[in-house]
Amino acid sequence: MEHTDLLIDWSRAQFALTALYHWLFVPLTLGLTFIIAIMETIYVKTEDIWWKQTTQFWMTILAINFAIGLATGIIMEFEFGTNWSNYSWIVGDIFGAPLAIEGLMAFFMESTFFAMMFFGWEKVSKKMHLLSTWFVAIGSNLSALWILVANGWMQHPIGMTFNPNTARNEMHNFSEVFFNPMAVNKFLHTISSGYVLASVFVIGVSAWYLIKRRDIMFAKRSIIVAASFGLISSFYMLISGDESAFEVAQKQPMKLAAMEGLYKGEERAGIIAIGILNKEKKIGDKNKTFLFSFEIPNALSFLGYHSLNAFVPGIEDLIYGNKEHNLISVSQKMKEGQIAVNALTLYKKFKKEGNVSKAKEALRTFRAHEHYLGYGYLKTPKDAVPNVALTFYSFHTMVGLGTWFLILFILVLYFAMINEIENKRWILYLALWSIPLAYVAQECGWIVAEVGRQPWAIQDLLPVGMAASNIASNSVMVTFWLFTILFTGLLIAEVKIMLTQIKIGPEAH
Amino acid sequence: MMETISLNALQIYWWLLVSVIGALFVFMTFVQGGQTLLYTLGKTEAERDLIINSLGRKWELTFTSLVMFGGALFAAFPLFYAVSFGGAYYLWMSILFCFIIQAVSYEYRKKPNNFFGTYFYERLLFINGSVGIFLLGIALGTLYSGGNFIVNEMNLSHWTKTSYGLEALLVPFNIAFGFMLVFLSRMQGSLYLYNHLDNKALEQRTLYTLKQNTMMFFPLFLYVMGSMLFQIGYSYDEHTSIVHTESMKLLHNFMQYPQLAVILVLGIVILLFGIYSALFKLNRRAIWFSGLGTILTFTLLLFILGINHTIYYPSLADLQSSLSIKNSSGSYYTLFIMSIVSLLVPIVIGYIFFVWRAMDKKKMTIEEIKSDSHHY
Ligand code: HDD
Ligand code: HEM
Ligand code: HEM
Repeated sequence: MEHTDLLIDWSRAQFALTALYHWLFVPLTLGLTFIIAIMETIYVKTEDIWWKQTTQFWMTILAINFAIGLATGIIMEFEFGTNWSNYSWIVGDIFGAPLAIEGLMAFFMESTFFAMMFFGWEKVSKKMHLLSTWFVAIGSNLSALWILVANGWMQHPIGMTFNPNTARNEMHNFSEVFFNPMAVNKFLHTISSGYVLASVFVIGVSAWYLIKRRDIMFAKRSIIVAASFGLISSFYMLISGDESAFEVAQKQPMKLAAMEGLYKGEERAGIIAIGILNKEKKIGDKNKTFLFSFEIPNALSFLGYHSLNAFVPGIEDLIYGNKEHNLISVSQKMKEGQIAVNALTLYKKFKKEGNVSKAKEALRTFRAHEHYLGYGYLKTPKDAVPNVALTFYSFHTMVGLGTWFLILFILVLYFAMINEIENKRWILYLALWSIPLAYVAQECGWIVAEVGRQPWAIQDLLPVGMAASNIASNSVMVTFWLFTILFTGLLIAEVKIMLTQIKIGPEAH
Repeated sequence: MMETISLNALQIYWWLLVSVIGALFVFMTFVQGGQTLLYTLGKTEAERDLIINSLGRKWELTFTSLVMFGGALFAAFPLFYAVSFGGAYYLWMSILFCFIIQAVSYEYRKKPNNFFGTYFYERLLFINGSVGIFLLGIALGTLYSGGNFIVNEMNLSHWTKTSYGLEALLVPFNIAFGFMLVFLSRMQGSLYLYNHLDNKALEQRTLYTLKQNTMMFFPLFLYVMGSMLFQIGYSYDEHTSIVHTESMKLLHNFMQYPQLAVILVLGIVILLFGIYSALFKLNRRAIWFSGLGTILTFTLLLFILGINHTIYYPSLADLQSSLSIKNSSGSYYTLFIMSIVSLLVPIVIGYIFFVWRAMDKKKMTIEEIKSDSHHY
């Protein structure tokens, strides 16, 4: 079924908008719940009422964030049906399972114990209360696990077979889906980046108190917990980020090429540490890729293939093919894909007519070419290339900021340990201004992952053009603007409420 | 073990689960019902705070039940997910908007500097409770009355009306279904508050709203039941899968499976008893009866659509495109794996029950909220 480009664009825009909004709130929850659980554990161990106050203050912040996280989350689940309904049918057999498991295992745990965590201080024992706080933390991270299993599968679909009778993919191996290396890395990298964001957030807010010279004790305590947690998480984030890039190189070489702005493949490829892309550069022409760049030699070969000399294919190798390195051109894949698409149609037709032998033959043809089925729906080979500039700059912003947060944690922790932090105003200001940067890094990470995957909704299997619902583009445009207005209004309310609570401060608790 | 369970059995099992989750959600909409009664019951600000904080202990569970209902449908009956959500686009989107606005309202309503003001968030809660539940009723009603979709030979679907689901608002059956749910949720909301609050003034008023809404609910309920049993019906042929209309199909199903009819009647009786025991015996625990009754009744009304070669989502545009649990379910493997996962359900229900008990041991008072470290 053909969709208009306009419909696809609006559908993508709407998904991007709602996902980016949802992701403004989720990473803070992922990390802050753990930071709170650690603080409450200290309270229960030391029985120091100060720690209770500290815990309760951060809980108030969490609640404000959590509410809007739920509001933006519910829409995401249903959007698979409303806007990507072909997708929901074609891969729902695999994709629906982790989503349902997420609801059952994670969301109920979160929402049930959430009530106890907030309202149970006087109603249940200290130990039970602490347990409920840990359950909320575990629940929210479990929800990340399952949703990322689903997302990892989109990046690297395994564990299923195509059933020509129902015209969809069906799961045949759940553990392959669950232990998908792409999913495992995604999970580790995403939760650790959430911990980093929450740490930066707590440090930044505490720094503001120190700048204002109030709530000194509270701020210093919070800084020590958050900086320690952040530092550990940072290492974890770097390692898992590196592992993610390795997986991307193996499974989504086009995305890697776009991340690095690599048009022509190289052996001993370097990483562009900083670079400005040449806007004139088109695929296949002789223009230079970068107006300016600073390169770290051999690093990309190492990142992508764990070998300093490995060949890293560029965008042009992947489009036009490369005999030397055994790369098939996209147009070749498209030809095969079209054979598969036609064979599937014939199979359906013969089967309906009751022509068993011809149906069998069509099926055999289909099986021989189904590997490239998705390519059969592309219009030109260049469709297989994602937006290079967006992917490149997002990736570099994320990595740059990741390095900065590591340095920040070390500085903050050091000066907090020697009890000098309140006198180092430049660090306090840096910490404060790092809060928005952490959000920028988060959103950039997802843009790399999701824009870099284009045009595939499911890598090599289902292009976005095939995945959308068959509705009028106008309807999606209407809901796009409604979401924009509603979510922006709620975001403004959220930020105002949160800033006010921060100004009121922990003393009120 | 995997070989001994048939695909058919798995489909029925999953239809039952979906029905139970749907019915649990219908019961949990007491939160929404309570929201719409905020100003009817709460005459002073303190009373309204009390109501909001009482409902606020439960709203997330209702919300999660809705998410779970969607998730279970996606995993077990992906074709329904694709056909209905992707086609009745405006209808489902309107429902979602009504729920998005609920999630923030409790938390932000009384917070200083909240941009829109307390009253605005209270209006949002009212919209969620009234329009949201009404539209959900419309959507559920289409399971009986049908939708305008066509499914092609590749199982891809499209909607034939550009009102994308809003046309269901013109069908009397759907409208009755929607209002029925609204009044039911207000009955349950009254009963919940009657149970949960320790406040003399509110006690009397909750009994009054219970009576009022019950009187609205029952005629609608009878009309909906009557239409279901005596009019509507679609079934498919076991061998050819050809779909045809069969009037009084649901009644036939109940006659063929009298044990299901017994459970349905039992459900209705328990529901009635709950209301009776609140109104005439002033039984504070009446919600447990009305709740159980609601869950049984709605489980049965949904479940009956899935069995005995019945169509659970008829197409008004092309009869042969209609959905049954047979032609819309996930694969054998996925249903099997998900069935194993579903063994977690008792654990989840267990801890929900435990937390609920621990939190509701004492009735809630205005003083308690004031002294609590966190309140809405
Ligand atoms: C605070 C946020 C943050 C920071 C500082 C970093 N990341 Fe990241 N990154 C994310 C937050 C994030 C994320 C939002 O969590 C993503 C989006 C998708 C995903 O799996 O995680 C992500 C994705 C992502 C991907 C794409 C994975 C895919 O396409 O499937 C790669 C290759 C990296 N990261 C690598 C890194 C490296 C080498 C970093 C070095 C410092 C780094 N990230 C820092
Ligand atoms: C990396 C991606 C995602 C992660 C890690 C994630 C994680 C979370 C977390 C932790 C919450 C709890 C609320 C909060 O704290 O903000 C949440 C809420 C929610 N998310 Fe996401 N989410 C992601 C993307 C998605 C997507 C793509 C969907 C759609 C299937 C989705 C559906 C939901 C829903 C329905 C809720 C509300 C759940 C409730 O009732 O508790 N999320 N998500
Ligand atoms: C919450 C963090 C996420 C963010 C910020 C995000 C961001 C985006 C963006 C920017 C797009 C549009 C890409 C384009 O069309 O160029 C997109 C598309 C999409 N994403 Fe994500 N994504 C997130 C998580 C997820 C997860 C966890 C899933 C699946 C479980 C998912 C599934 C999809 C789908 C189905 C589309 C539409 C089809 C497509 O464009 O490929 N996303 N997302």
